Amino acid sequence: MADVALSTHGLTKRYGKATAVDGVNITVRHGEIYGFLGPNGAGKTTTLRMVLGLVRPSAGTAEVLGRAPGDPAGLARIGAMVESAAFYPYLSARDNLEVLARHANVPRPRVADVLTTVGLAARAGDRFASYSLGMKQRLGVAAALLKDPELLILDEPTNGLDPFGMADMNDLISRLGHEGKTVLLSSHNLAEVQQICDHVGVIFKGKLVAQSTVDELRGSAVLVISATPIEQAEKYLVGLVGREKVSVERDMIRVNVDGHESASINRQLVLAGVEVHELRREERSLEEAFMAMSATYAGTRGGSDAR
Amino acid sequence: MLGSYSGELLKFVKRPAVWVVAGVWLALLLAFTELFPYIAYRSASNTQLAAGLLQPLLPAQLSGHAITGYPVWGGSLILVLGALCSGSEYGWGTLKTMLSNRPGRLTFYFAQLATLASAIAALVIVAFALSSLASVLIARSANVELDFPTATALAQAMAAGWLILVMWTLLGASLSIVFRGTALSIGLGLVWILAVENLIRYTASLIDAVAQAEKFMPGADAGSLVAALGAASASQTGIAAVVSGSQALWSVVLYTLLFGALGAVILVRRDVQ
Repeated sequence: MADVALSTHGLTKRYGKATAVDGVNITVRHGEIYGFLGPNGAGKTTTLRMVLGLVRPSAGTAEVLGRAPGDPAGLARIGAMVESAAFYPYLSARDNLEVLARHANVPRPRVADVLTTVGLAARAGDRFASYSLGMKQRLGVAAALLKDPELLILDEPTNGLDPFGMADMNDLISRLGHEGKTVLLSSHNLAEVQQICDHVGVIFKGKLVAQSTVDELRGSAVLVISATPIEQAEKYLVGLVGREKVSVERDMIRVNVDGHESASINRQLVLAGVEVHELRREERSLEEAFMAMSATYAGTRGGSDAR
Repeated sequence: MLGSYSGELLKFVKRPAVWVVAGVWLALLLAFTELFPYIAYRSASNTQLAAGLLQPLLPAQLSGHAITGYPVWGGSLILVLGALCSGSEYGWGTLKTMLSNRPGRLTFYFAQLATLASAIAALVIVAFALSSLASVLIARSANVELDFPTATALAQAMAAGWLILVMWTLLGASLSIVFRGTALSIGLGLVWILAVENLIRYTASLIDAVAQAEKFMPGADAGSLVAALGAASASQTGIAAVVSGSQALWSVVLYTLLFGALGAVILVRRDVQ
């Protein structure tokens, strides 16, 4: 388990009768960007709070960089932004980071470095209270980067950012991943997770329902075929690849086979006397996979009673 | 710990509310312990009354007189300072930012307390300097020869004043941790100092059991400590020798430790939302 940066084992949090997080087991390996997905109230933030030692689990354990959650020696190697960025409103961005730097014994020049990294250098002297939501989020990420940590835990870092800001943030997270940092990223933005994450964990109503690579979660690509007569085409394809791999939706036949078989299938359909009007490879996006899981596990798109 | 202390100090000195509280505290101190008594002395209708009013204002009485405001109204403003410093972390959500980014909970807490204690030390020094200046000016205006208390007496008074204010600021800080914010902690803290302790003081003269209980009240003990240092008894300032000086000192020390420990235990044990 030497390559594991963060792991939880049966992590559970109950608030009275409500169970916010229910036996969650996640494993984040060193150097990977791990996307933590789930609808609002699914228990993502509570899980992150437990991992950081802010909230004590009702049951289960967590280990972060070989330490117990909240251990100062462990926190020294972790940068975190949980939920919205929270800073002292009367202090400037620079002073806010200076306060954190002093607490963490980080050299002063690092403050200017991280402000430049997140694009706030020009407004570093402005009071935090005067910042827009997007700027506050950037400052939160700057604070997380301050210690040049091995592990970054970011909860919705693109909240409030405009499209350019989101793109910049995603580039930054990708770059950090390429530099060998481990990132645990909680996000609603499934396109962003699909783009930058290696592994994902999906949580619904406090339970981790999937943990895999992004590609595994999306599943394999399918061939979508428009052909006439459709009954003949379907019958022929069932004979060719098996009933379980063929379905018909809205006059389109969907075949679960690898994309490289498309030319062969096209040729065989034509030779069988079927007119093929369209044949294309279709990949399921992470969002589609997530929505399908939502229907299965949550029953709705909403969350649970988690805090 | 030193890094955390330095971080907390930066937050503290750059916070406008801190300077407002400190400024109001010094202004009230000068007004109630020097200016108003001086006006009363000047307006006194007979020489005997005037002499009685002048006596505590002279430099010779500085060690006791300068801290007469500390047990009640001085303490109440300093309680507000403690509640503001610790309680605002909940309102702004900065507690989670601080605790998820490095210092351990106890390190963070004790850095805050150390900052408050050192700021109060500075405040007491400034207050004594201003009180000394005022007493010299009053003595000059009354053509009285300057006679200062010994350095030991002054140091004892400053230390006692500092201890009383630290006790109250720790009550404010620990209440703000208990109630996760400033409003309720300030409200309840002020009600305790300004209302409950006063009512107990009043009722103590009527009911013996309450008089016994009064001996264990932090405000009454702080007043006893100031009385032991030579301040004149006065019900409106809470100065009265309810217990002996040494008992008052121990009581104030124990309350200081108790309030500090209360905040630490709750901060360490409770979830940060």
